[in-house]
Amino acid sequence: MEDEQSFSDICGGRLALQRRCYSPSCLEFCLSCPRITLRSLTAVTCTVWLAAYGLFTLCENSMILSAAIFITLLGLLGYLHFVKIDHETLLIIDSLGIQMTSSYASGKESTTFIEMGEVKDVVINEAIYMQKVIYYLCILLKDPVEPHGISQVVPLFQGGRRQDHLCIQQKVSLGDGGILASSGRQKVKDTFNFFNLMFSG
Amino acid sequence: MVLKAFFPTCCASADSGLLVGRWVPEQSSAVVLAVVHFPFIPIQVKELLAQVQQASQVGVTVLGTWCHRRQEPEESLGHFLEGLGAIFSHKPWFQLCRERGSKSWSCKATHWQGPTSHAASGEDQVMLIFYDQRKVLLSQLHPPAVLPDRQAGDTTASAGGLAAVFDTVARSEALFQSDRFDEGPVRLSHWQSEGVEASILVELAKWAAGPVCLLLACLLSLVSAASACRVFKLWPLSFIWSKLSTCEQLRHRLEQLTLIFSTRKAKNPAQLMRKANMLVSVLLDVALGLMLLSWLHRKDLIGQLADALIPVADHVAEELQHLLQWLMGAPAGLKMNRALDQVLGRFFLYHIHLWISYIHLMSPFIERILWHVGLSACLGLTVALSILSDIIALLTFHIYCFYVYGARLYCLKIHGLSSLWRLFRGKKWNVLRQRVDSCSYDLDQLFIGTLLFTILVFLLPTTALYYLVFTLLRLLVVTVQGLIHLLVDLINSLPLYSLGLRLCRPYRLAAGVKFRVLEHETGRPLRLLMQVSIACILPCSSKGLREPG
Repeated sequence: MEDEQSFSDICGGRLALQRRCYSPSCLEFCLSCPRITLRSLTAVTCTVWLAAYGLFTLCENSMILSAAIFITLLGLLGYLHFVKIDHETLLIIDSLGIQMTSSYASGKESTTFIEMGEVKDVVINEAIYMQKVIYYLCILLKDPVEPHGISQVVPLFQGGRRQDHLCIQQKVSLGDGGILASSGRQKVKDTFNFFNLMFSG
Repeated sequence: MVLKAFFPTCCASADSGLLVGRWVPEQSSAVVLAVVHFPFIPIQVKELLAQVQQASQVGVTVLGTWCHRRQEPEESLGHFLEGLGAIFSHKPWFQLCRERGSKSWSCKATHWQGPTSHAASGEDQVMLIFYDQRKVLLSQLHPPAVLPDRQAGDTTASAGGLAAVFDTVARSEALFQSDRFDEGPVRLSHWQSEGVEASILVELAKWAAGPVCLLLACLLSLVSAASACRVFKLWPLSFIWSKLSTCEQLRHRLEQLTLIFSTRKAKNPAQLMRKANMLVSVLLDVALGLMLLSWLHRKDLIGQLADALIPVADHVAEELQHLLQWLMGAPAGLKMNRALDQVLGRFFLYHIHLWISYIHLMSPFIERILWHVGLSACLGLTVALSILSDIIALLTFHIYCFYVYGARLYCLKIHGLSSLWRLFRGKKWNVLRQRVDSCSYDLDQLFIGTLLFTILVFLLPTTALYYLVFTLLRLLVVTVQGLIHLLVDLINSLPLYSLGLRLCRPYRLAAGVKFRVLEHETGRPLRLLMQVSIACILPCSSKGLREPG
């Protein structure tokens, strides 16, 4: 069962949220971030090359131009491999855990898996970004030493950094009681509110 | 909780039979370790399982049936399989089924209420999770060994979740020892190893490692006991030891060797990794040191170095003298106070003269000293680099002295100036309250204070300039020494063994697991593939496993 909705984030880029339900005990959410546009790529390349040409006219050394080409190529490769996230996936498996995968534009995937026994709670945190307040989802992990303490806060969907997750309309619940509820955590959230994301702008 | 069945990928193409493994009730998961093929005699299967249970302390039982069949379902087989559930009773009883040549699996778990009322037995949905036995066995994601005073079977009560699965597989090695070509009473299918490596050299090395380690550990303990004796703790010696970086490096090296050759076994994988890293970096260090030594001796560089050292020191002293002459004149167009300038300049020039005489006095012995220092490269490149850094420090000792003089003078001047400035404004520093308070001074106090203040202010540019110049020189020397120390630290702490493992055997550096959802059809159970994800030292895309079937 698939479900797709599209939104725009704080900066105006297009985002698409896709939801797939593999079975009553497994759910996947996929958030696609805005792609890299030809305009921005051309702008950056032109800036770098104009600067290199300016230096070349000053220094009369053609190594500067080759160096500029290398810098542009390496910078683009580095950006695609380390910075630009293509889409992020959240896979929730009943009584096993939550897995977050970020796929970069170059194909690299980085995965984090959190076991259900370590999850204390799922909350919506507020943060102040520039002049407004944005909301983001995060998972609270249990502290092995102190039973009531929190050892770590793991924010979800980090790739498109300036996203705002806030549910305004119907709260989509993950089945009766929710997958997260049935796995017997301490604090149980009845509904998992992130599935109508509101983005300002 | 949803029922989970962990199924090894190597058994996905095995013939029909019984599923053998462990049931973890806290996680509602069944970890399948092997498949017992038809034909078998139930008594023998039970005996084998009892043996394995005793050997590995893992509660291995028959969990259910596995059916790998052709397109047409066979009714008789179905009844036969259900009948097996009565012989090996286990709650819940799993029935996995796969059609040959296709990817459709079916799985159901039944809770037997009894042979008469199997119409009332409940069926639950099961989630199939495939795992690679070899990788799970070799990646050390399970908790450390159970304490010996715990009973057999009372295991992993505290290990949650997937650690229990990993622990089960890792401790069931007794089950994996039978080969598929063995002619035993029971035929098993599971992960097959490629056999035990039998190399004479490796075996000999293993046998020799024990006594050699013992011997070296004794020697090292003698050396460390000798170095810890009271003579070396007396004041001048301890001060010198703390200042020389060579001693620091030697101490560090001694600690490393003690740790490597200690006869205690490593308690957990992290300690083992540390030991291995240290050993590899020590070996690399010694190899580089020997290479350096051979290069120095081949080109007879030590003699050339000794011959070049004195002229270089002379040259440095001459440059310093030029610098001081420049400072004593009108440096950068600034007008200095003549008298102070001459005093400071002559003071420093005399120091340089003393230094040059000292160097010339030492010149016959330089070659011998350098030769012995070159020998120390046998202990490692890091020791040679530390000695180089110490030699640089000793040769530029006069620059250090100049810096100290300049800094002291400047510091005194600044303190005097700040105190007299407060007097000029009619305030003073209250030591008791640690703050500035107003104070009424007498007229003669004010007069002398203002006079001194004026003198100090007008002498400030001279002192400040000397201070600046010598600080910059000292900074230069410190930068060179810092670079050398950086190189030494790099060689000391680079985890080469881990890097090598990452390139050759990435599954040993497991950092967790990740799941992938396999092709799903409605009505069929959900299938997931569990892969061991490797710690990402280098940025590359994660390697995956082939999907079974």
